[in-house]
Amino acid sequence: MLELKHVSFTVEGKNILNDITMNIDDNQFTVITGPNGGGKSTLAKIIMGIEQPTSGQILFDGVDITNMSVDERAKLKIGYAFQQPPRFKGMSVRRLLTLAHGEELDEDVCCSYLSDVGLCSKDYLDREVDSSLSGGEVKRIEIATILARDVKLSIFDEPEAGIDLWSFAKLVETFQHLQKTSKQSIILISHQERIMQLADEIIIIENGKIKQKGAKDDILPTLMSEFEPCKFKK
Amino acid sequence: MENMEKDLLQTIADIRGFMPGSAFSLRKNGEGVERHSTEHVRIVAKLDKPGIDIYVDDNTVGESVHIPVILTDSGIKDVVYNDFYIGANADVEIIAGCGIHNDGCNTSQHDGIHTFHIGKNAKVHYAEKHYGEGNGTGGRILNPVTIIHMDEGSYAKLDMSQIKGVDSTIRKTEANLGAKAKLVINEKLMTHGNQKAHSDVTVNLNGEESVVQIVSRSVGKDDSIQVFHPIAVGNNKSRAHIQCDSIIMDHAKISSIPEIAANHVDAEIIHEAAIGKINSDQLVKLQTFGLSVEEAEKVIVDGFLK
Repeated sequence: MLELKHVSFTVEGKNILNDITMNIDDNQFTVITGPNGGGKSTLAKIIMGIEQPTSGQILFDGVDITNMSVDERAKLKIGYAFQQPPRFKGMSVRRLLTLAHGEELDEDVCCSYLSDVGLCSKDYLDREVDSSLSGGEVKRIEIATILARDVKLSIFDEPEAGIDLWSFAKLVETFQHLQKTSKQSIILISHQERIMQLADEIIIIENGKIKQKGAKDDILPTLMSEFEPCKFKK
Repeated sequence: MENMEKDLLQTIADIRGFMPGSAFSLRKNGEGVERHSTEHVRIVAKLDKPGIDIYVDDNTVGESVHIPVILTDSGIKDVVYNDFYIGANADVEIIAGCGIHNDGCNTSQHDGIHTFHIGKNAKVHYAEKHYGEGNGTGGRILNPVTIIHMDEGSYAKLDMSQIKGVDSTIRKTEANLGAKAKLVINEKLMTHGNQKAHSDVTVNLNGEESVVQIVSRSVGKDDSIQVFHPIAVGNNKSRAHIQCDSIIMDHAKISSIPEIAANHVDAEIIHEAAIGKINSDQLVKLQTFGLSVEEAEKVIVDGFLK
């Protein structure tokens, strides 16, 4: 469903992404991981159209979307959850979920999306998505906006960042549920083993390149063994 | 009443004419044209100058008072003095507002000078919307003056907004708070084209434990100019919190000039002000829902001024 062909992204002579070629199949759950600064978030932004690749091609369901804008890609049913979501003065949680859904949402449905991300829904529907909410709350609402959308491909950029442990457990459940029940492909950037355990495929991005990719059962054991104890503790 | 006039009323006051059971005064093109009192709310025409006196009896609870003004003839310059006397323990809602429809080439102007005397422990919700429309080249000018005297324990909430279409406005608001009085002012303003808006708000916290909260949100588009000058003066043990937020777009210019003064050791006065363009992440976020940049901007501005 999603195909990246030789995608590169350069800023001021620096290669952020270098010749990325990859495929995401229908209903595939892909976790992208790798060291910080390796290009994971840039790759997610390039798929959503927030950044334009310097070279290469992106196909979605066989359609060349390389030069399409963010909203054009959204209309093709690609969704994107920010690592650091913006806040909106005067925008209620209910309004944001309605905008995500594209039409009026029943209160019960709004509440179910919020419950799925560990928020007590009635308390939040009429609250503004502004600085009165904590970073973790805004992050969970961000994920709820993707649940409210009808998408074929959703991209989550480090959904666990800034979320407390209890909510993280709830989040893992939500992604488990998504993986089992929804007819969509998921690309999820994460450093968390519990999330990687949900993956069909894991891609490791390092220094702007695909260092390794393959089935979870092939990648995860070697990935975990790379985290050797600190040499001073040996 | 013509449909255009009813539409103006709908925009500024959410009504299309007199609502039986409520007090009502309609001023059109510089003249009072319709007036209704109720048992506990009397509206009386002034004899010495244009305008009305509104008397709300003590302990009157739950009544609405509509006093809209519309200007539909081009070239009208109207100055009106409205005085409100709100009795002790009353709890009422006053919906004012002015709509100008100017299809001509002459300037239409309405200056509404409103003075409130709010009695002990009384509560008032005052809503005032200003709006201009029409295809003429004549200017649409509104210069409201609002003066509020608040007795002990009284509460007033002022929702004042200028939606669109007003070419020039100079808004002056002055409040004098007695002991334990609480004043909340929500000001919403949008300017576009070559419009100019200037808002001066002065609040004197004279009584012990008086409180004021001012939230001003504005959007400046095109080549418009806005100036905000809120002043809070703590003359007693009191609290003031002023927050001015503005979104600046295109070639607009916005100034926010805070002025706070404490003349008492227990006065706590806070002013926060921010001016900035629409955050690009906000636009991108809404684009990821399928909205175009223009649609996203509208959603952000409408929400901000809601």
